[in-house]
Amino acid sequence: MGGATTDLKLINEKGLRIDGRRPDELRPLKIEAGVLKRADGSAYVEWGENKVLAAVYGPRECHPRHMQNPTRAIVQCNYNMASFSVSDRKRPGPDRRSQEISKILSEALEHVVFTYLFPRTSIDVYIEVLQANAGTRCAGLVAASVALADAGVPMKDLIASCAAGKVADTIVLDLRNEEDNFGSADVPLGIVPRTGEIVLLQMDGDLSVEEFKTALSMSTDACHRIYAIQKEALRKKYCVAPAVIPAEVANAIHEVATEKPEGSDVPPNEMPGTPKEGLQ
Amino acid sequence: MNETEESKEEARQDSERELVLPGDFITDGKFRAGSGTYMDNGKIYASTVGIKSIRSDFVNVVPLAGQYIHKVGDQVVGIVMDMGPSNWLVDINSPYPAPMHINEAPWRVDFGDTARYLNVGEVILARIFMVDEVKHVQVSMKDHGLRKLQGGQILEISHSKVPRVIGRNGSMIQMIKNYTNCRIIVGQNGRIWVDGEIDAVDNAVKAIRLIEVEAQSIGLTERLKEFLESIQKEKKV
Amino acid sequence: MSGGGESAMSDITRDHIYRMIEKNQRADGRKREDFRSINVETGFIKSAGGSAMVHLGDTRVLAGIKSIVGEPFPDTPDKGVLTTNAELIPLASETFESGPPKQPSIELARVVDRGIREGQAVDFQKLCIKAGEEVWINYVDIHILDYDGNLFDAANIAAVAALKTAIIPASKFEKGEDYPFPMKHLPISATFAKVNGHLISDPSFDEENVASARLTVVTTENGKLCAMQKGLGGSLTRAEVEKAIELSLEFGSKVRKQVFDV
Repeated sequence: MGGATTDLKLINEKGLRIDGRRPDELRPLKIEAGVLKRADGSAYVEWGENKVLAAVYGPRECHPRHMQNPTRAIVQCNYNMASFSVSDRKRPGPDRRSQEISKILSEALEHVVFTYLFPRTSIDVYIEVLQANAGTRCAGLVAASVALADAGVPMKDLIASCAAGKVADTIVLDLRNEEDNFGSADVPLGIVPRTGEIVLLQMDGDLSVEEFKTALSMSTDACHRIYAIQKEALRKKYCVAPAVIPAEVANAIHEVATEKPEGSDVPPNEMPGTPKEGLQ
Repeated sequence: MNETEESKEEARQDSERELVLPGDFITDGKFRAGSGTYMDNGKIYASTVGIKSIRSDFVNVVPLAGQYIHKVGDQVVGIVMDMGPSNWLVDINSPYPAPMHINEAPWRVDFGDTARYLNVGEVILARIFMVDEVKHVQVSMKDHGLRKLQGGQILEISHSKVPRVIGRNGSMIQMIKNYTNCRIIVGQNGRIWVDGEIDAVDNAVKAIRLIEVEAQSIGLTERLKEFLESIQKEKKV
Repeated sequence: MSGGGESAMSDITRDHIYRMIEKNQRADGRKREDFRSINVETGFIKSAGGSAMVHLGDTRVLAGIKSIVGEPFPDTPDKGVLTTNAELIPLASETFESGPPKQPSIELARVVDRGIREGQAVDFQKLCIKAGEEVWINYVDIHILDYDGNLFDAANIAAVAALKTAIIPASKFEKGEDYPFPMKHLPISATFAKVNGHLISDPSFDEENVASARLTVVTTENGKLCAMQKGLGGSLTRAEVEKAIELSLEFGSKVRKQVFDV
């Protein structure tokens, strides 16, 4: 990150960035849910020039067995970059950067999944970066959340994620490659949009406390916009038409499904998530 | 009688049931949070993709995706995947493999003699007979009607579509049985066994897939009827 | 067992597949000799010199080409280098494990590579920059994204389509102007499975699971054979091999016409 110098004008006289964006503008973002046949859930994200695919298998029997947790599911996220995804070919296989990203993404996702419903199982999330242009861990997290919802894994909420940073003394949103390479800070963020909880946070570079706060506000705001796009992708897949299911259909499903009126998997008034939250 | 009228009225009033996504707000507090939902600070939110359903005293979300989670009493179509001297291990299409002890088999099995009765790869109709708090599950074949299934074909549908395939009071599946003359058993675990004359089985499978794909469309019953009638006409020609 | 995907193969499913194939019918409505429809999109990955996304039924494979400058092998000082690698990533199937390439992935890469190399598909001399010192080293990376049988054909078509539309990034390395990857021929692979005594084309995931033998035949546009691979533990008769060759030639022409307009 940063330090390198360039002739590129990262911010021009009009305050626009090299791709013409304003400092608080996101790159174009497209999300599609349920794109793979084999996986239990999947999502494909095109974000700027990033192309990221996420797939979910599970909950399923946990392998390796020694990793099993007797009281809940473990979330194992594997982030990988395809050899051809970056400018200089990357050797296949996990490198240290991929392993670190896998870890922090697993931890973020684990926070929103109701793991207590599936003891001894594993929920495996695979993120494959097919084409990269900075911000792939955020794109991966965005895709993984949609893939988990697509797989019907019970969750508190989706996770939205975006990075902000500093380029030519300006705080900017959603860095692209050149901005990441020649800028002076990068702050990837992941939040639970409904509650605002921060589940992914990294920072590297050179920022004052004020600048950091600005970056955080900017990316938090962007996360809410991204959240809307994630939801739209899921609605598009699960709805033939708009978000409202016609009465005839809804009643048929409803009547059949509630022949045996039943409670939640967990006694009511008990939060089927991490108990230490104090949510009640 | 009053109850049915009442619930029909509720259904009419609440006639537009929304698709909800994880994290979507459903309702404020005086309700009980049922399956597919969770409560946070007195408010109820969806935990899976599904259709929200608000009843008089509880709220739930009927899921449109997700694994089969075994419940005691469910009838399931299982595939034997492993065995030992005193039990078999059955794949019930769930995150949890289900053991079946020789005492729960419909035959009198001696210790060590399991292979004589049931082998890896064979298909059984069984019942979920025990589930504990950490989701250990066991199946049994001791009830009336439970048996080894042979011949025919198996297909798997998303567990969330099982109610739609069965239909109100079994009406959908009965329609398919009537037109194709097939025996059909729908496991709660999303596995369906179909048996009959080979072309009829093929048609029954197509009919089930049609329901699965169009589960949320209006006029599905009509379309299914049309499809079944068209294949019947073909046969007569 | 995970839901949504396939579970353990049952006797019922196996016997049903056998019965259908006996009647020249398959689960997706195909006849024994039918291949599934193919869709190829090239230039999908801009960070690669060439790329192709292939859909073969529900099997989805992405191939990318990366070229760098390097030293030639001592015994071929004036020829460029081609290296093929296949990733059976767990994203594509619950039957793929993570970790370094296992035998199936290595076999797949080598068979695809053999088809291209023995089919004289590449004009290696046009990949020479300075004999004995610098040549183009080209990596063909094949990623399986969704698995419903027959990776051999999907991977071969993806690799060939990616190479055919690839550009050597000479300008980036200051070795002159960019130029198209030098392909001379288009070797296309066709794979068959033997199920209950019958040969079927382009097996699906379920059909592969009940197959006793598998045969891949790679042919070129001038009707020649350039590579073959028999797989799995069963056996093939001579008649079956000859039938497979006949069907491969047919399939190869069809694919060349559809994908490359040749």
